Amino acid sequence: MANRGRNSSQGYALLTPTLAVMALALAAPLLLMAITSLKNQSGLGFAEGWTLAHYGEVLGRASYRALFLRSVLISAAVTVVTVGLAYPMAYFVAFHTRRKFVWLVALTIPFWTSYLLRVFAWKIILGFNGVINSGLMRLHLIDQPLSFLLYNPFAVVVTLAHAWAAFAILPIYVSLEKIDRSLLEAASDLGDSALRRFLRITLPLSMPGVIGAAILIFVPTTGDFVTPQLVGGTKGTMIANLIEVQFNAVGNWPLGAALSLVGMAMVAVIAGLFVASARAATKAAR
Amino acid sequence: MKSRSLSAYAFAYLAFLYVPVLVLPVFSFNDSQFIAFPLSGFTTRWYAGLAADTAMLHALGNSLKVGLITSLLSTLLGLTAAKAVTHYRLRGTGPALAFISLPLFIPDIVLGISLLLLLGAVGLPLSLAAVVMGHLLVCVPFALTVLIARFEGFDKNLEEASADLGENGWMTFWRVTFPLMLPGITASLLLTFITSFDEFLVAYFLSGTEATLPIYIWGQLRFPERLPMVLALGAIILTVSVALVVLAEYVRNLGVKKPMVGA
Repeated sequence: MANRGRNSSQGYALLTPTLAVMALALAAPLLLMAITSLKNQSGLGFAEGWTLAHYGEVLGRASYRALFLRSVLISAAVTVVTVGLAYPMAYFVAFHTRRKFVWLVALTIPFWTSYLLRVFAWKIILGFNGVINSGLMRLHLIDQPLSFLLYNPFAVVVTLAHAWAAFAILPIYVSLEKIDRSLLEAASDLGDSALRRFLRITLPLSMPGVIGAAILIFVPTTGDFVTPQLVGGTKGTMIANLIEVQFNAVGNWPLGAALSLVGMAMVAVIAGLFVASARAATKAAR
Repeated sequence: MKSRSLSAYAFAYLAFLYVPVLVLPVFSFNDSQFIAFPLSGFTTRWYAGLAADTAMLHALGNSLKVGLITSLLSTLLGLTAAKAVTHYRLRGTGPALAFISLPLFIPDIVLGISLLLLLGAVGLPLSLAAVVMGHLLVCVPFALTVLIARFEGFDKNLEEASADLGENGWMTFWRVTFPLMLPGITASLLLTFITSFDEFLVAYFLSGTEATLPIYIWGQLRFPERLPMVLALGAIILTVSVALVVLAEYVRNLGVKKPMVGA
């Protein structure tokens, strides 16, 4: 390649602004967050000295541990449900229709409005006088509105599976679309059944899309406090709600910083383990 | 084949995606304060009320400003970085890309809070500029992904041919590089603008007294009597963005023919 040596300083010059912005807006604030989490809290401000007490509280309190666990479980459920529902849809568009573009536009249109309102819409759907309850009552299938639809982890999972669907459909579709069709024909010619062909060729080759989608959904949903607050009720509260309260209503920034860092580390470890094991499993399947 | 059950599934899934979103236009024309069935009659008064709501218009202006600046800056930063990693063989490209993509692996609430702490430490006020900074974190990784994909499908021989035929660097950029990159740049501008325009979690911690549109909407959700107007706003955003997306796709397809780039 021509652009080696002499020109590489030009390349570094092109890369520097982006790296500088990220260092200023990402690395420095995260470092500061780590420092803040070690500060003593007194009243509504910081006190002298350093402490690990906030980490002790974050890791030690049973109610916090339960909240971390619940958040991870809800986000994992959201990821599985969203990817699981989107996969057949993406498969249909990639392999079973000629009008791919029309389908892709049709599938993305519902996402071009406010995230908050898409989440809020589920409150209207699942609510006491909502779409489901009034529909069932009009059909005389129930006499009283069902109250178990809203304000629980189930409502959070359904709402988020809807809100994040595009982030699953598009990456999976792209990876399915890239599959060389002659591989599929070869498998059929060599006697593979449709199911075997799917498990040996289509699924492993589409794994990059599945893994990408899973990360794109799992990470942000752990940090969402809007959906739990609107449709989750007390049983659907997540760790982001606790963090938000520390920074606004309670004003305990060091504890909030410690909660954020522990949550972030947990999400990163789980996401990393997932990517590594999914890649290993894909290799084994081939 | 099970192709029939698969298409049945596809239409059922489409219904799952559309029904909640159709709630917005349906209740925005409903002549009742209460968001519940049965519907009570047709009205456009919620739209009229919205047009007269100065707080909403101010927030809309703020969101447009933040979205425009964020999309221009993040596309520019994505463009230079994408050019650097695809056209030069640099040492440390891998770690640099990983660092730039790091925000994809960090929950947005953490990004917002850490910037809030930084502003507090250096004594800067919460402002729309702070929101732009936060949105850059969220948007630059998206811009970079879209633009690298575009640069990788880019035939460098075309640039060399242009140089061989006597064009200088600047003319080569304008007549060869830029037209080839235009679809990628458009996609990046659109994606980052929409992301910033709709971003709530980061803006929530950084906007201070200057509300963006999602912050305004969040504030309104607490007041039941304001809901029909908020739903009307959601219906308008939906209509305008669909029109924009269809237009952008149309323009993009006028240029180079290539498969659609995912988000």
